[in-house]
Amino acid sequence: MKHKTLLSAAVICAIGGLALADSHAEGEFAKQIKARQAQMTIYSYNLGILGGMAKGEAEYDSEAAALAANNLAVATTIWMPSTWPQGSDNAATKGTRALPAIWEKFEDVGAKSQNLATAVAKLQESAGTDLDSLKAAIGPVGEACGACHKPYRAEK
Amino acid sequence: MRRLARVAVAVGLIALAVGWFLTRPQAADLTGLDAMSGDVARGAWVFDAAGCASCHSAPEAEGDALRVLSGGRGFPSPFGTFYAPNISPSPDHGIGGWTVADLANAMLVGISPDGAHYYPAFPYISYSNARLQDIADLHAFMMTLPVSEQPNRSHDVGFPFSIRRGLGLWKLLNAGKGWVIEQPATDQIERGRYLVEALGHCAECHTPRDALGGLDRDRWMRGGPVPVGKGSFPPLVPSQLKWSAEDIAYYLETGFTPDFDSAGGAMVEVIQNTSRLPPEDRAAIAAYLKTLPDGSADE
Repeated sequence: MKHKTLLSAAVICAIGGLALADSHAEGEFAKQIKARQAQMTIYSYNLGILGGMAKGEAEYDSEAAALAANNLAVATTIWMPSTWPQGSDNAATKGTRALPAIWEKFEDVGAKSQNLATAVAKLQESAGTDLDSLKAAIGPVGEACGACHKPYRAEK
Repeated sequence: MRRLARVAVAVGLIALAVGWFLTRPQAADLTGLDAMSGDVARGAWVFDAAGCASCHSAPEAEGDALRVLSGGRGFPSPFGTFYAPNISPSPDHGIGGWTVADLANAMLVGISPDGAHYYPAFPYISYSNARLQDIADLHAFMMTLPVSEQPNRSHDVGFPFSIRRGLGLWKLLNAGKGWVIEQPATDQIERGRYLVEALGHCAECHTPRDALGGLDRDRWMRGGPVPVGKGSFPPLVPSQLKWSAEDIAYYLETGFTPDFDSAGGAMVEVIQNTSRLPPEDRAAIAAYLKTLPDGSADE
């Protein structure tokens, strides 16, 4: 009986482990990787709302646009350096495309995320004004995303 | 026996002569180029469409520095590492002394002003379809760019690839093949073909290569591994890139995928170029990509 309980506990732990691994991240830094990817997901969700309008797939809605841009601005202020521990790069662990160069040039990464915050602040000012202002302000945000993804994220 | 040896030597010499003849650098047909004058403003468009800055600016250059074509970036490959040369208008270290014909020969057939073969890290296989007028315009524009006195770095390529003459054989296999999509259905697709197959040289990454580094035109735009290291360049044929034409055009403008992820790696620099093209060009690129054969019929 005791053995059976132990066995069930082991099975439950194993299932729990599988659930945790659903972001494909494994090992020592799975939690941190999942958390920092979640921040990226919040960016892309809100950019999707704004970009859908900019592309003409969704009708322009000034309130929804202002809200999404605001969320984006708030998300850029989330600062979780603990989610970027040394060794949580794609050479050392699975489930991430973060290149080791990030840890060699942390200052540059910081400067580039500051550029993102600046571009997002402009988008926040203009997203609710009208569609043309939204279209003009979303381009520089894409550029800021790419500026970091060029040197610091691996190809799939 | 002696006679046999003599015959063998003769055959060997003939083979060498034929090889020497076949591998000789040949100038391009530049008929009409003399009468053309270069337009700087149109040349800026060619410069962006051809992505010159993405390889020839300094390593890690950003912003205005992308217009200083000092060279120096390294391009690792299975054959060695190639270093982009200085193509700023410096007469000593760049192309300041080049005529339009020199630039045309470089881009169309991959030969230098002194008649040597260039390595195909320089995408002259793609540029071979560039229009002469566009090359004249590009030359005019490039001569207005800032001068850099950065000396060139030699390529780090091992034997036998270090023998440039051997590239003549490589060219026999790979050069002068013309368009892949021979009959574009509309003017827009034809414009897209020019931007993708010629100036944009998209296939240089997005088409797989054979063992000698030649583009596998039978698997046009079906993606391929990065030259060295992990990862791959994605396929662009419609059965695998399921984005709408609008999605593709928007990606080339902003770098946002339909899921609002952003472009990464080398594609970020491509988008810096395509974002400066007129919207009709991005739409034309998308229209062309949507017509590509996906290989399901012939496999």
